[in-house]
Order: sequence, then structure tokens, then C-alpha cells
Amino acid sequence: MDQLKKLAKDIRIDIIKSLSEAGSGHTGGSLGITDIFTVLYFNVLNHDPGNPEWEDRDRVILSIGHVAPVLYSTLAHAGYFPKEELKTLRKLGSRLQGHPGKEHGLPGIELSAGSLGQGLSVSVGVAISAKMDNKNRRVYSIHGDGELQEGAIWEAAMSAAHYKLNNLTAVVDRNCVQIDGKTSDVMELEPLADKWKSFGWNVIRCNGHDHTALIKAFKDAKAFKDKPSVIIAKTIMGKGVKEIEDDYRWHGKAPTKEEAERFIKEIIKK
Amino acid sequence: MKYINKGDKPTKKGFGEGLAKAGEKHSNLICLGTDITSSVGMNYFSEKFPERFFSLGIAEQNAIGVAAGFALAGKVPVFSTYGVFAAMRVTDQIRVSVCYNNLHVVIGGAHAGISVGPDGATHQALEDIAVMRVLPNMTVLSPCDATQTKLMTIAAIEKVKGPVYVRFGREAVPDFTDSNQEFEIGKGQLLKDGNDVSIISTGHLTWEALHAAYQLEKEGISARVINIHTIKPIDEHIIVKAARETGAIITAEEHQVYGGFGSAVAEVVVRNFPVLMDFIGMNDSFGESGKPEELMQKYGMTAASVIEKVKKMLSL
Repeated sequence: MDQLKKLAKDIRIDIIKSLSEAGSGHTGGSLGITDIFTVLYFNVLNHDPGNPEWEDRDRVILSIGHVAPVLYSTLAHAGYFPKEELKTLRKLGSRLQGHPGKEHGLPGIELSAGSLGQGLSVSVGVAISAKMDNKNRRVYSIHGDGELQEGAIWEAAMSAAHYKLNNLTAVVDRNCVQIDGKTSDVMELEPLADKWKSFGWNVIRCNGHDHTALIKAFKDAKAFKDKPSVIIAKTIMGKGVKEIEDDYRWHGKAPTKEEAERFIKEIIKK
Repeated sequence: MKYINKGDKPTKKGFGEGLAKAGEKHSNLICLGTDITSSVGMNYFSEKFPERFFSLGIAEQNAIGVAAGFALAGKVPVFSTYGVFAAMRVTDQIRVSVCYNNLHVVIGGAHAGISVGPDGATHQALEDIAVMRVLPNMTVLSPCDATQTKLMTIAAIEKVKGPVYVRFGREAVPDFTDSNQEFEIGKGQLLKDGNDVSIISTGHLTWEALHAAYQLEKEGISARVINIHTIKPIDEHIIVKAARETGAIITAEEHQVYGGFGSAVAEVVVRNFPVLMDFIGMNDSFGESGKPEELMQKYGMTAASVIEKVKKMLSL
């Protein structure tokens, strides 16, 4: 557990460094979902960073491409590519595109994505394929809460339940904020768990920063046999840096060099 | 040789037969239905291979994403619905989840053109070629009859590596090409030679173009007819040759002139050997209800309209 904590810290530090180097990008969401990525890649996932194309690996479909910095930082720490490359984020010729783009060749990216509301459908196709081929691999579909305002998400939710995709776990990063402000002001999502339940999903709620709770949530999702599962993980956008926590203005902003130094000091001290 | 009609047949039937045939050989071929499975000809596949057919309801945005997921996992998925929806309701999903990922998803654009008839403008796909051909990585196929649609559907599954859009119609139209025809994706077909003018056409209008040329021949005008079944990548060689050798080009498509097939031909012509061109197609308007043949006539997409345009152009 201490090791996961240490990893989450290091991943956060590299997110801040790469964003500050890039001069633009999504800081709040990336820091907020870091614990989920850490637990997923270092505890839950069946994968082999040395062999990114391994057929039987679990698949992570990142629907919210704008949190690419957390994906890149996590993949680098997992050994998919050198951490040194993180500082090329968003620069011309980089494999680390502003939103994940497979054609640029970064190992570990499953899907080029960035237009919200599309990933769950892709996950459904990947999950049905695994069932057809009698493969045990699981599909982890990562979503934001604001993203759930896209209607296509609910088309996909309906189809996942229709095909009883118990090999699919969706994760909702429930930080309650989006670019224009609070999700409850922009477009109310509650009662969110009821929505998923009524669409035929097994719903698990947990604290998205509590590693033990996250591990249990992923285990429970895997154990559930008849339905797809969704983990609604309550998070704080910008988690780890007090002055930006829960501040929607940090959704799409990168820290300056000075801010980055201050933020990193704070993370190290904790 | 003169082409003759072997009997009217809807091109969507060619699509369905192609899927059923390819399904025998390719166990990874998957079909996705969005409540109009028979209407687009996919029932030929779904009845034969029910375990590889997935119904997704009236939810196209999801269906195209599911198709992308299947392709990511190594399957060859076919998503088909009316062209208005297949190309335009889900354009962003096609752009990002399919094209940007360069996934081999076969998109069947059914009920293309105004010949859909009485359903009216909402269901007449007249902008799909323009929208599909602008997308990077996309291949755009537009076969001219049922026989060719079957061959192209199989080729879309077997030969194309990335995203591919196959366009076909609903009405029974003359089936005139040979089932053993020489055919290659990206290669235009010279159906009739001629020196005075070239009629370069795609889809259902190729039959009209041929008939116009046969008629013109009787009147002493030698018209070349080229069928372009692959709009992207387009056969530049055959187009430039036609420009050089005939000095005048008329394109024909059951689609908007703006941004469509004629524009694709013009892009090649102006860069290589500019000649006078004219375009047959919809002129920036929606269609309406009516019998297919009435609409084709009203909107100027018949052999008679081709003849008229040729004469006008040659008299300039």
C-alpha cells in the first residue's frame, strides 16, 4: 500500500512537470484521477509493459482523452516508455499528443480519443469480442462525470447491459466539476447511481482516492457475474495540491514554472 | 462491346450477397444492425450467421463505436444504415473512433441518392460522398450496379486495410456489369471509348451515362464513358488521360455537386490538365417525395440530361 502511495505521488509530480513544460493541458482532471490510474495499472491490470501488444492483456479504453497527462505519466512509470519522454508532451513531433493519438506510436495507448462520449461504445465492442473468442481479458472503460451528459454514453450503457458484459468495468471519475462549473449547475447528473442501475448495471460507489477501497471496488466488479459494473469513484479535481483542489478553473489550465515548483513541493511534503 | 441490362436489381442486394459470401470465408466478419437490418440488405448475413450478427437498436452513435471496438479487437465489423445516418449522424464518431484510429470498419451507406423516392428529403443521402471523402484514412466506394456492389463489398472486407464507406441504393436498377469483370479498388473502368467528350460517372448514373453515350453515337458524337467505383483514392491516371484525349468532361452522380464526386474529379483535372467541365447532380437543394424516376427526371439525373449537357458543352 505504501508503494502505491509513493507511485501516486511520483505520477502526480510527473503530471505537473510535463504540463508545466507543455504550457497547456488539463491539470485538474489528471491529478484527480491519478489514484484510480495508479491502482488500475499497478494492482488490478493484467498487462505486460514489455509486450504492449500482448493479446491476452486487459484493455484500458480512456474515453476522456483530455486527461492524457495521467495516462502518459502512469504508462511511463509502468515501464512502457522512458520517463524522460514525458517532457515532450504536446510538442511538435512528440508521441505524447494533447489527446492520445495512436498513430504517433506511443506504446500502451489502446485508443485515440478526445471527443467525449465515444469510449464506452468502443469498450462494448472490445468486450463482446473477448466473449466471442472465449478470452478472459477484461475491459476497463474510463469516463468523466461531465462526459455522461453525452447521450451516446447511455446508448452504450444500454447495449452493455443487453449483452450482459460482465467483463466490462466502467469507471466514472465523479469530481462534480466540468469546464463551465459544477456539474449540478451545468447539467445535473444525479441521481447518477440510479441512472446506471436502471440501465441494467451493477453500481459500486467508492472514494476514488482511497487505494484500499478502489482495489476492493475493482475486485467486486470482477466478481459480479450477470451485468457490467460501473465504479462511481468520488474524487476531488486537482487532488494533491490544496490551492487548486475542486477549482474548476484548473480543468484546462497548466501550471507555470513557479506554480509547478510549489505544487511539487507540496506533494513531496505530504 | 455494348452493355445490356441483365435485369433490374437493387444495389443493396449486391451488398447483402457480398456480406453473406464474405462471411463464409472470414470467420471474423461481424455485422451490426440498427433496426433496419433487412432494409439495408444485411439480412442475407444475419440469417446465415446469427452468432456473428449483433442488434444494437436505433442507436447509431453507439453502433459505430461498437464497430470500432470490434475492429480494435481484431474483428472486421460492418455497420450499415441509411447513408444519411451512416455518414452524417455519426460523422464525429467516424472521424475520431474509426478514422483517427485507422480501424478497418466497413460502413455501408444504404438508400443513397434521390432515387429513394417517396420517403423524401430526410432519407435521401445526397451529401455522404462529400462528408466521407474528406476524412483522412477513409476509402470511398460507389459501385454502379448490384453485381459490382457485391464484388466491392467483398473487396472492402478483403482488400481494404482501414475505414471504408460503401455507397449503394434501394431501387432496382439495371444490372449490367459482368460478374467476372476486371476490377480493382482505386482503378476506374473504361466502359466505352470516345474522343469528343468524356462522361465520368459513379453509382447508379453510370447506366444513364452509358445510354446517353450510345444515343450520342447515333448522332455522330463520340463520348467516352468511365465508371469510377472508387471515389477515394481516385484513379487520377484515367481522368487525366480522358482530359487530354477528349478535352471536355462531364461528371454524373446522384449526390450534391458541391464537394461530391464531380468535385473530386475536378480536383484532379485542374491540377493536371485543365479542360472544360460540367457536373450532373443535385444543385444545392434538398430532394422531395416522388417516384424515383420522376425525381431523377425533375432533378436532371437521367440519360436525357447527360445528352443535353454534352450537346451544350460541345456547342460552346
